[in-house]
Amino acid sequence: MTTAVDAILVGVILTSFVLLGSSRFGSCIRVVALQGVLLGVLTLAARQDEASLRTTLLALASTGLKGIAFPWLLARALRDAEVRREVEPLVGYGPSVLMGLMGLVGALWLASRLRPPGASVLPSLVVPVALFTMFAGLFLIVGRRQALMQVLGYLVMENGIYVFGVGVVQGTPVLVELGVLLDVFVGVFVMGIAMFHISREFDHIDTERLRALKDWTP
Amino acid sequence: MILALLLSPLIAGAFAYVLRPDGPRRMLLVATAVGHALLTGATWVHDPAPAWGGWLALDAMGQLILSITSGLFLACAVYAAGYLGREGHGTRTDIGEGFLFDNAPEATFTACLLFFLAAMTLVTVSQRFGLLWVAIEATTLVSAPLIYFHRHHRSLEATWKYLLICSVGIAIALLGNFFLAVAAAGGGTPLPLVVQDLVGGASGIDKTWLQAAMILFLVGYGTKMGLAPLHTWLPDAHSEAPSVVSALLSGALLNCAFLGILRVQQVCAAAGIAAFGQELLVGFGLLSMAVATVFIPGQSDYKRMLAYSSVEHMGVLALGVGVGGIGTFGALLHAVGHSATKAMLFLTAGNILTAYRSKSIREVRGVLRVLPVTGGLWMLGLFAITGSPPFGPFLSEFTILRAMLVQGHSAVALGFLAMLAVIFVGMAGIVLEMAQGEPGMDTADRPRREPLSAVMPAIALAVVVLVIGVYVPPPLRSALERAAHALD
Amino acid sequence: MSALHTLLGLALAPLLLGVINRTKATIGGRIGQPLLQPYHDLVKLLRKGAVYSHTTTWVFRSGPLVGLAAVLIAFGLLPFAGAPALWSFPGDLVLLVYLLGVMRFVTVVAALDTGSSFEGMGASREVTFAALAEPAVLLGLAALARTTGTLSLSAMFAGVTTMAWIHAAPALALVAAAFVIVFLAENGRIPIDDPTTHLELTMIHEVMVLDHGGPDLAFILYGAALKLWLLGSLLVGVVVPVHTGRPWLDTMSAVVAMFVLAVATGLVESSMARLRLVHVPQLLVAAGVLATLALVLVLR
Repeated sequence: MTTAVDAILVGVILTSFVLLGSSRFGSCIRVVALQGVLLGVLTLAARQDEASLRTTLLALASTGLKGIAFPWLLARALRDAEVRREVEPLVGYGPSVLMGLMGLVGALWLASRLRPPGASVLPSLVVPVALFTMFAGLFLIVGRRQALMQVLGYLVMENGIYVFGVGVVQGTPVLVELGVLLDVFVGVFVMGIAMFHISREFDHIDTERLRALKDWTP
Repeated sequence: MILALLLSPLIAGAFAYVLRPDGPRRMLLVATAVGHALLTGATWVHDPAPAWGGWLALDAMGQLILSITSGLFLACAVYAAGYLGREGHGTRTDIGEGFLFDNAPEATFTACLLFFLAAMTLVTVSQRFGLLWVAIEATTLVSAPLIYFHRHHRSLEATWKYLLICSVGIAIALLGNFFLAVAAAGGGTPLPLVVQDLVGGASGIDKTWLQAAMILFLVGYGTKMGLAPLHTWLPDAHSEAPSVVSALLSGALLNCAFLGILRVQQVCAAAGIAAFGQELLVGFGLLSMAVATVFIPGQSDYKRMLAYSSVEHMGVLALGVGVGGIGTFGALLHAVGHSATKAMLFLTAGNILTAYRSKSIREVRGVLRVLPVTGGLWMLGLFAITGSPPFGPFLSEFTILRAMLVQGHSAVALGFLAMLAVIFVGMAGIVLEMAQGEPGMDTADRPRREPLSAVMPAIALAVVVLVIGVYVPPPLRSALERAAHALD
Repeated sequence: MSALHTLLGLALAPLLLGVINRTKATIGGRIGQPLLQPYHDLVKLLRKGAVYSHTTTWVFRSGPLVGLAAVLIAFGLLPFAGAPALWSFPGDLVLLVYLLGVMRFVTVVAALDTGSSFEGMGASREVTFAALAEPAVLLGLAALARTTGTLSLSAMFAGVTTMAWIHAAPALALVAAAFVIVFLAENGRIPIDDPTTHLELTMIHEVMVLDHGGPDLAFILYGAALKLWLLGSLLVGVVVPVHTGRPWLDTMSAVVAMFVLAVATGLVESSMARLRLVHVPQLLVAAGVLATLALVLVLR
C-alpha cells in the first residue's frame, strides 16, 4: 500500500526533474500532463480509507483537469503563438537539474523538521515530495524566459501543493477542493489568453524582453 | 441578504456581457452599484443571517471591508460610466510613444468590473479559509482583463506581471491553508477551517504548524496586498490600468488581501501566539514604507507615485496591526481613510491624464488653472494622503503612533515618522509642481469644462475623508472597536 | 561455483559482442557476422605482429596489457547469479570501480602517448564522461549497499532478492535505470558512442585505440568484452532477483539474462540515433540524479 504511494511519488519527482532538464515545449507539456495523471492516481491511492465517491470524484476531476484540460489549453496557446523551442534559458539545463537535486535534499531536511502532529499512518515521502515539487515549479518560473515555461512552472507549483493537500490533509470539503481546481483552471485559461496576446503583440513569448516599465529611465 | 449581495453583481455582470447597446449597460453598472451599496447599508441597520451553513457570514471586520468596497465601487461605477462614454470606440494614438491601439470591448470591461465586485464581496463574507482563498484567487483572475483595457504592449507587460506574481503568491497562500488544516488537526479531532471554530478551539491547535501557516499566509496574501518585497507588480499594474481600475485595485482589493491576513492573525491571537505574527507584520510594514520612501521622490510618472504611496500605506496598515493595542483600531480606521483618499487621488489623476494626455510629471503643469476642481482635489488629496490634519489619515496615523509610543517601540516610531516626513516632502514636491505654474498647452487644447461624472465621485470621497478626520460616527467607531477586539 | 562463474564469464564475454552485432544486423535486414566472429577476430589478431611508432614509449606498449590485467582482477571480485565472487571483502565495490578506472586510465594515457590529435580528443571526451558516470555507479552501489545492509559486493548481490524488491521497489528500479545508462556509456554504445562509426571526429572509445594493432588490439578487444560482461552482470544482478537456492538453475537464468541484455542492447542501438555530444553530459547527470534519488530514498 505505502509502496504504491511511494512509487507514484517517485514518479512525480522524476517528472519534475525531467521538466527541469528539458528544453522542448512539446515534451514539457506532455510531462506536465503525465504529472497530472500521476496526481489523479495518487488521490485514489492515498485516500483509500475515505468515502469512495468523494475520492473518485476528486481523482477524476484532477486527472481530467491536470492531465487533459491544462495540457490541451497550453498546447493550443502554443500553437497559436507559433513558437518552436526554448532559446537559452536563464539557468542552463545541467545547473537546473543540479539545483533540483539540492532542492530535493533541502526538502527532505525541511520535512524532517515539520512532522505532522498526530500522524497515524502517513506516507513518509509526501511532505518532501510536495515541497520539492513546489520548489521545482518556482525554479521553472524564475529560471526560464518563455511565458509558457512560467505557466508550466505555476502548474507544477500547484501540483506540489496538491500533493501536500491530498497526502496530509484530511477532511477538506469536496466543494473547496473543486473550487481550488476550478480556480487553477480559470487561471491557466486566462494565462493562455494572455500568452496569445503577448505572442501577437511582440512576436515572441520571451518575458525577459518585456522591459518597457521601469522606475529609472536612463 | 448575503446571497443577494453576492448574486446581484454576478448576474448583472453576466447580463452586462450579453447586452449590446452601451447606454443600458452603463446604467446597469451604476444601478447594480447603487443596489449593492444600499444592501450594504442595510447590513449596518439589521445584522444579516449567516448563509450556506455558516460558510458565509458577516462579522465586524468583514462588514467594515465590505462597506469600504461597496462605497468605493459606487463612486467608481459613476466615474466609469462617464469614462466609458468619453472613451468611445475606435482606435486611438498612444500618448507617450505614438502607436495606435484599441481598447478592450466595453462589454468585457463592464462585466469584469461587476464580477470583480462579486469576488470582493465573497472575500469579505467568507468565513471558511478555503472559500476565502478561492475568492481572492478569483479577484486576481477577474481583474487581469481590467488592467489590459488599453490594448498595448506596456499594459500587456503589466498584466502578465500582475497575473503571474499574484498567482504564485496566492498559491503559496494555498499551502498556508493546508498547513493551517494540519495545525487544526493537532488537537485530536480536526477542526473545520471556519474562523469561529478555529478561534473557539484554539487551545488545541499545533503552534509550530500555525506559525508556519502564518508565514505562508503573510507571504502569499502579502503579495496580493502589496507588501514589500512582494510589491513589484503594483507600480506597473497601477500605472498602466485605467484610473478607475487603479482606484478599485488600490482602494478595495488591497484591503481584501489584508482581510485574509487579519483572519489568520485572529486565529493566532486566539491561540496565544499573536506576538509572532505581530513581529512579522512590523517587519513587513517598515520594509514597505522604506521602499516607498526610496521610490516616491524623484518619480517621473504620477500614477506610479500613487502606486508607491499605496505600498507605503499598506505598510502603515501592517505596522498598525503589528504594534497591537490601540494600533489595531488605528490600522482599521486607516484602511477606511486610505481607501477613500487613494481612490479620490486616482480618479483625479485620471482626469489630469485625459486633459494633458501625458503620464509624465514633467509635462503636467498648472492643473489648478486648466482644471480648477480637479486641481483643488489633487492638492487636497496630497495633504490627505500624507497625513495632514484635519483629514482621516492623520487621525489613524496618529493613533498608530500613539500605540507605538505607549508600547515602547520608540525606534519603530522614529522610523515611522521619518519615513512619513520624507514621503511628504517627495510627494508635495511633485504634486505642488504639477498643480501650480503655467500650463504648457494652448487655450484651444484646454478642456472646456470638467464633466460631472468625473468630479462628483472624487468630491464625494473627499468629503468622506474630511468627515472621518473630524468626527468618527458612532456606528463606525463601534464596528472598528469590535473588529480590533477580535484581533487581540 | 565461483570459479565456474568466472570461467564462464571469461569464455562467454566475446559471445555477447557477437549477439549484439547479430541483433543489429537482423533488425537491419542483413544476415550479418557469424555469432562467433569476435573469437575469430581475437585469434587472428593474436597471430599478427605489431608495428610501433617511434613517437611512442613503453607507456603505449603497456597500456593494453595493464588494462586487461585490471579487468581480469576485477572479474575476480564480481559475484554472478547470487553466488559469491572468487574473493570478497567489505568495501570491494570501491576496488571494482577503481579497477575499471585503472583500465580507463592506462587506455587514456596510451592514447595521449601517441601524440595524435584524434586520440587526444577521444581521451578528453572519455575522461569527461567518465567523471560524470563514475559517481552514478558509486551512488547506485551505495544505495544497494544500504538496502542490503552490507558493503561487500557478493553479499550485496546475494541480498537482492524478491523480498528486497517488494520492500524497496522504487529505489531498486531507480538504481537499475542508472545502471542501464552507465552500462551504455561505459561500453561505448549508442546513444553515447557509436561503435561502428568510421568518422574519427565523432568517436569516443574507438579513437583512443586507433593506433594499436596485433596482440595489443586483441587484448583491448577482449578487455572491452570483459568489461561488457562485468557491467552487464552488475545490471542483471539488480534486475533479475532469482535466488532459488539451486546453483545450476541460478547460473542458467543469469546467463540467459545476460544474453537477453545483449539482445536488448542491440535493439536499443538499432532504434536510436547517437546523442549530440552536448547532450551526453546531461544524460549522465540524469543517471547520477537517478542514483542519488535511489540513495536518498533508501536513507530515510
